[in-house]
Amino acid sequence: MTQTEIAPMAAGSPDRLTGLKTFWHYFSVNRGAVIGLFVFILLVLAALFAPLLAPYAPDVQDKTAFLRPPAWQAGGSTQYLLGTDPVGRDILSRLLYGARFSLLIGAVVVTLALTGGITLGLLAGYFRGWVDVAIMRVMDLILAFPSLLLALVLVTILGPGLFNAMLAIALVLQPHFARLVRAAVMAEKSREYVVAAKVAGAGHLRLMLATILPNCLAPLIVQGTLSFSNAILEAAALGFLGLGAQPPTPEWGTMLASAREFILRAWWVVTFPGLAILITVLAINLIGDGLRDALDPKLRRS
Amino acid sequence: MLRYLLNKIALLIPTLVGITICAFAFVRLLPGDPILAMAGEHGVAPARYEELKEQFGYNLPIWEQYARYVGEVATGDFGVSISSKRPVLEEFKTLFPATLELSFFAMIFAMVLGIPAGIFAAVKRGSWFDQSLMGTALVGYSMPIFWWGLLLIIFFSGYLGWTPVSGRIGLQFFFKPITGFMTIDSLLHGKWDAFRSALSHLVLPAIVLGTIPLAVIARQTRSAMLEVLGEDYVRTARAKGLSAARVIGVHALRNALIPVVTTIGLQVGTLLAGAILTETIFAWPGIGKWMVDSIFKRDYVVVQSGLLLIALIVMAVNLIVDVLYAVINPRIRAA
Repeated sequence: MTQTEIAPMAAGSPDRLTGLKTFWHYFSVNRGAVIGLFVFILLVLAALFAPLLAPYAPDVQDKTAFLRPPAWQAGGSTQYLLGTDPVGRDILSRLLYGARFSLLIGAVVVTLALTGGITLGLLAGYFRGWVDVAIMRVMDLILAFPSLLLALVLVTILGPGLFNAMLAIALVLQPHFARLVRAAVMAEKSREYVVAAKVAGAGHLRLMLATILPNCLAPLIVQGTLSFSNAILEAAALGFLGLGAQPPTPEWGTMLASAREFILRAWWVVTFPGLAILITVLAINLIGDGLRDALDPKLRRS
Repeated sequence: MLRYLLNKIALLIPTLVGITICAFAFVRLLPGDPILAMAGEHGVAPARYEELKEQFGYNLPIWEQYARYVGEVATGDFGVSISSKRPVLEEFKTLFPATLELSFFAMIFAMVLGIPAGIFAAVKRGSWFDQSLMGTALVGYSMPIFWWGLLLIIFFSGYLGWTPVSGRIGLQFFFKPITGFMTIDSLLHGKWDAFRSALSHLVLPAIVLGTIPLAVIARQTRSAMLEVLGEDYVRTARAKGLSAARVIGVHALRNALIPVVTTIGLQVGTLLAGAILTETIFAWPGIGKWMVDSIFKRDYVVVQSGLLLIALIVMAVNLIVDVLYAVINPRIRAA
C-alpha cells in the first residue's frame, strides 16, 4: 500500500493549501500541541545528529568513573553532564543515541500496524459478510488479551530482541486501526460519491484505496499518533522486563532495567532514561490531542 | 434483559474458542520441540521423552490434541507447573487475590481522586485548576509506570524511609488467609501492626498501578460532565432555582457517570497489563509477576494457562460491565 495514493483531493490544487492552513490554524490554537511538536522536532534532531551531539560513543566505558553523579551534584564533573552508569558509560550520550531507538520503534510499529489495520479494515468494511466476520473476530480476540501480556507472550515465541518486540507491539496495536477503518468504510460506502465512482466503473481496489480511504484519514492520523507513543511505552516496558532490546543497546527501557539494582545508590541512572521516555511520550500525546482538535470537526467548536 | 444477556454470552463464544486456540497454539509455536522447551536446559532422557510425548499427547493428530486440551481445561485441569510441581490452578488461586487486592486499591485510588477532580475541572472550565489538572492528567497518561514506581521507591523508601521496598507484608506476620486480601485478613484477625505493615506495602504499588486509570478517569469525567452540563435538563434544573450543588451533584453527575462507569470497566485490561510491571517492580506476589517469572523460568505450562485464565477474567469482567451498563441504561437493552 503506497502512501501516495491517499493524497487528499487533487494534489497541488489551491484547496489543499487552504486545507493545510485551516489545519495549522486549529492546531496552533492548542498551545500544548505546539510545545509538543517543538519538543518532538528537538528529539528528531537529537536522534539524527546523535553522533555529533553526544560527547562520547554510547558504549565507551570509562573504568575510572563508575556511577559518577551528574555535574551539579557533589562528586560530579562537567566531563559527564548527567553522570555515568554502573559500567562507566556516559548517560547523556546513551540517552541521545536512545532517542534513535524510540523514534525508530514508534515509526516502524505505526507503519506496520497502520498497513495491517488499513488492509484488514478495508477488506472487512468493504466486503462485509464472512470476510468481515472472520477478520473482526480475530481482532476481538487480540483485544481480549491485555496488550502487554500478549506482547510478552509473542516475544516469548519469537525470541527477545528489538525487532521482535516491534513486531509483537504492532500486532497488538493493529486491531484499533482495523476497527477504525472498518467503521469509517461502512459509513462512507453508501455515500453518493462512492456510488458515483462505482457507476463510473471504478474497480474494487480503486474504490477502496482511492475513493473511500482518503475520507477516513482524520481518525487514522489521530490513532496513529497515539499508537506512536503507545509503541514507545510498550517497547520500553518490554525492554525493562528484559524481553525487548538487549543490552548494551542504549534503548531507554533497557537502560532502566540494567539500572534497577542501583536505584537506592545512584538516583540518576534510573531517573534520566525514564524522564526521556516520559518527555517523548508526553510530547507525542500533546501533538495527538492537538491533531484531534484540529482534525475532528465535531470537537472543533468546543 | 435475559435475552440481552444470552445474546451477549452467545457473542462471546467465538472469542472463547479463539482464546483456547491461542493458549493451545502458544506451546506449539515455541521454537523447537515443545517437550524439550518445557524440560529446559537439563534436557530429558530419550525414554522419558517418549513418555512425556505420550503424556502430553503430542503423538496425536493436532485436532485430537486440541480437543483433549479443551476437555482438560473445561474440567479445571490446567496442568502442573514445571518449576514448582504444583497444579497451575492452585498456584493461580493463591496468587490471584494479591493481584485483585492491588488492582482494587489502585482503582479506589483512581476513582476517589479522578472523579471529583474531573467534576471540579468541568465546573471550573478554563480555570487554572482545570488547565493544570488536564496537564497533570496527560503526564499521568504518558507515564512509563515502571519508571514511576522506581522513582517512588527512591523517594519514599530510599530517601524518606517511609515504606518498604517490596513484598506484601512484613515477614514476621503470619496468619491464615480468609479473604486473601492482606489488609482485610489482618483486621479480621485483629492484628493492627500486621494491618499497618500490609497497608504500607500496598500504598506505593497501588498508586503506581492506579496512575494511568486516574488520568483516564479524570479526563473522561471532565468531558462527560462538560457534555451533560450543556444539556437541556441541566438548564431546566438550574432554571427551577435548584442549588448549584444539587444541579451538579444530582442532575448532571448521575448522567455523566454512565460513560465513566464504562471507562472504569474498560480499565481492567489496563490494570492487568499494568500489574505485570507493577508487581515486577515491587516484588508483589501476584499473577503478573508470576507470568513474567514463568517466562524467564521457561515454565511454559504456567504461561499457557496464565494466558488463558487472564483472558477469561478480562472477558468475564467485560461481560459484567456490559450487563451493568444495560442495567443502568435501558436504551442499550433495546438496541
